[in-house]
Amino acid sequence: MSTPTIEKSEPSPKDDAKTSRLWGRPAFFQSYEQELALFNTWPKRAGVALVVLVAFFMPFSLPDATLRSLALAFVLAIAALGLNLVTGLCGQVSLGHAFFMGIGAYTAAALSGDSDPEARTIGFGLQEIWIWLPAAGLVAALFGVIVAPIATRLRGLYLAIVTLGLVFLGEHVFREWQRLTGGAGVGRSAADPVLFGYDLRSPAPDGAFTSDQQMYFLMLVLLLVFALAARNIARSKVGRSFAAVRDRDMAAEMMGIDLPRTKTLAFALSSFYAGCAGALLFTITDYVEPGSFNLLLSVQIIAMVLIGGAGTVGGTIAGAIFIGMLPTLVRDIAPSIRFEVWGRVLEFSELPSEVPNIFQVEQILYGLLIVLFLLFEPRGLFGIWVRTRTYWKSWPFSY
Amino acid sequence: MTQFLEALVRGLGIGSVYALLALGFVIIYKATRVISFAQPAFMLTGAVVTSYLTPALGVVLFTGFSFFLSVAGAALVTAVLALVIERVAVRPMVGKAVFVVAIITLGIDIAVRVVVTGYIGIGSRPIGFPWGIDTVELLGLSVQIRHLVMMGTVVVVGLALLVFFQRTPFGLAMRAAAFDQEAAMTQGISVGAVFATSWALAGALAAIAGSLLATGAGVDRQLWIIALIALPAIILGGLDSLQGAVVGGLAVGVVEQLVGTYQRDYLPWLGDNVASVAPYALMLLVLLVRPYGLFGTPEVRRV
Repeated sequence: MSTPTIEKSEPSPKDDAKTSRLWGRPAFFQSYEQELALFNTWPKRAGVALVVLVAFFMPFSLPDATLRSLALAFVLAIAALGLNLVTGLCGQVSLGHAFFMGIGAYTAAALSGDSDPEARTIGFGLQEIWIWLPAAGLVAALFGVIVAPIATRLRGLYLAIVTLGLVFLGEHVFREWQRLTGGAGVGRSAADPVLFGYDLRSPAPDGAFTSDQQMYFLMLVLLLVFALAARNIARSKVGRSFAAVRDRDMAAEMMGIDLPRTKTLAFALSSFYAGCAGALLFTITDYVEPGSFNLLLSVQIIAMVLIGGAGTVGGTIAGAIFIGMLPTLVRDIAPSIRFEVWGRVLEFSELPSEVPNIFQVEQILYGLLIVLFLLFEPRGLFGIWVRTRTYWKSWPFSY
Repeated sequence: MTQFLEALVRGLGIGSVYALLALGFVIIYKATRVISFAQPAFMLTGAVVTSYLTPALGVVLFTGFSFFLSVAGAALVTAVLALVIERVAVRPMVGKAVFVVAIITLGIDIAVRVVVTGYIGIGSRPIGFPWGIDTVELLGLSVQIRHLVMMGTVVVVGLALLVFFQRTPFGLAMRAAAFDQEAAMTQGISVGAVFATSWALAGALAAIAGSLLATGAGVDRQLWIIALIALPAIILGGLDSLQGAVVGGLAVGVVEQLVGTYQRDYLPWLGDNVASVAPYALMLLVLLVRPYGLFGTPEVRRV
């Protein structure tokens, strides 16, 4: 009697599997490490490098107004990356992102504000960006951890409503705490972007860069750092446990994932991103109004994640830039649009007091874009990209 | 004591409106398992339609006749709008993740609300409520007539809904579909019709609530936010309980008015307008103790 023996396959040298790849088959992975790599295919590496290169050279060819919108879009992208961690990756619907952004914004503004005790608003005079930016993120993350015990007990839409409540409570506190925020309708100045004694908001002394170009570079670099961190979180053990919780929380629990701990971590990380983004959001205009952190801001961020493609870093950034540039686009295009409806000429006015105006068009577009994307392309811009890519990869076999 | 009782009556009045809104949320939730964030838009639509219909009607059989007729008309118009939206944007998403559908309703809400806001104009639009903020003496308390009208409306609407759900075949069908959709379908119940009816009912309820809320200061651009105060109400009552919605709505109204009356004397450091956010604070407190609200069914988790 011969017992069946299990042929133990010779383990291939690990470093060999990691490095070598079949020529001409960029998506063919020979090892798990290969698939989990930061940029797991060479077209991805080349594409990202190209995009980053173009982004760095853009300030030299674009007008300052466009650069300002782009810098704002980059900051919104950081916020969206945070929401993507908790909603796209971990599957916990949060409508409270604006609340955490507000906390970050006021932490940073208070830290970098005028330290004169006679001043209208509190300040500590710590203007260095590397002090107030992490601090803003950490304070926001702390609030995320404080909220988490309520949030981790709730599932699905209960959570959405509770986080919605947070936005309203936050708005109230921001309105009323005048020593910190300056009060409703008055506001205060935002954090100062000072890097090692050099104020990025004032133009370079030798006139090499305008302030908008400097702010653009600052936001671009920060976005790259945060995006890289987000991608690394997503492919690490933590990120994969987030995805497991999203796909089926009970199965994840069975596999030994500590649900409350994972969800708390997701909230803390996402709040950290939100806090940093909130701190940066108003440095460009140097003015924070307590009413800015409202439900619409939360919805805007959600729209970015969903339109970009939930759960993906590239998609989220694309969505954020798309939504962030939407006001600029509408403002450029809308005045040239004229309809004739039932003999009446319909034009979009640029004054908010007239109807219909471009601000209404912009808001309706937010609403409709969310609805249309979810109806027809639930994977968002990322989904469109994947379909296009697949079409060309498999051409001429279109299936 | 008089101050307390008057605040209580005011709270019950406003709370009745929250109850109407909460009923809308719960009816949609029970039928489709989705929270419709489009309710604020429906509420605003109802109020605006009423404000246009009331002066246009101008028939006076008794005081307020044209107002009540316009409210009914606005409820009808809004119900039709809700039906269309349900058919176009929500029905195709049946079977998809609930939060995706919830976000869709959020998008619809923004789009509809912006369009409707365009018809309000600058400032607030009078709604044609004949008594305005007049008060009557009742058992030694001065009570606003509009609060009495609100309470009356919630009683009438509540009874009508009770009869509809308990005594009519279609009401039974809706309860069956809420209980178990597949089993209901095998019994020949059109679940699509149940979805549509739930949206129409919720739209009509929101329209009535919006018109009643605007009786005081008229329709303004901020009116829609009040619809979201019904969210703490449904969380308090539990998402899937009609009785809970009414109790939650009344409780939220009373708490809000009591906080508004007493907070300035006892907790002045909280600032102004705490009353408007008190419901959310109450909701967080209740959820800490009971994650499924006071009347909600705890979710059974099975492998």
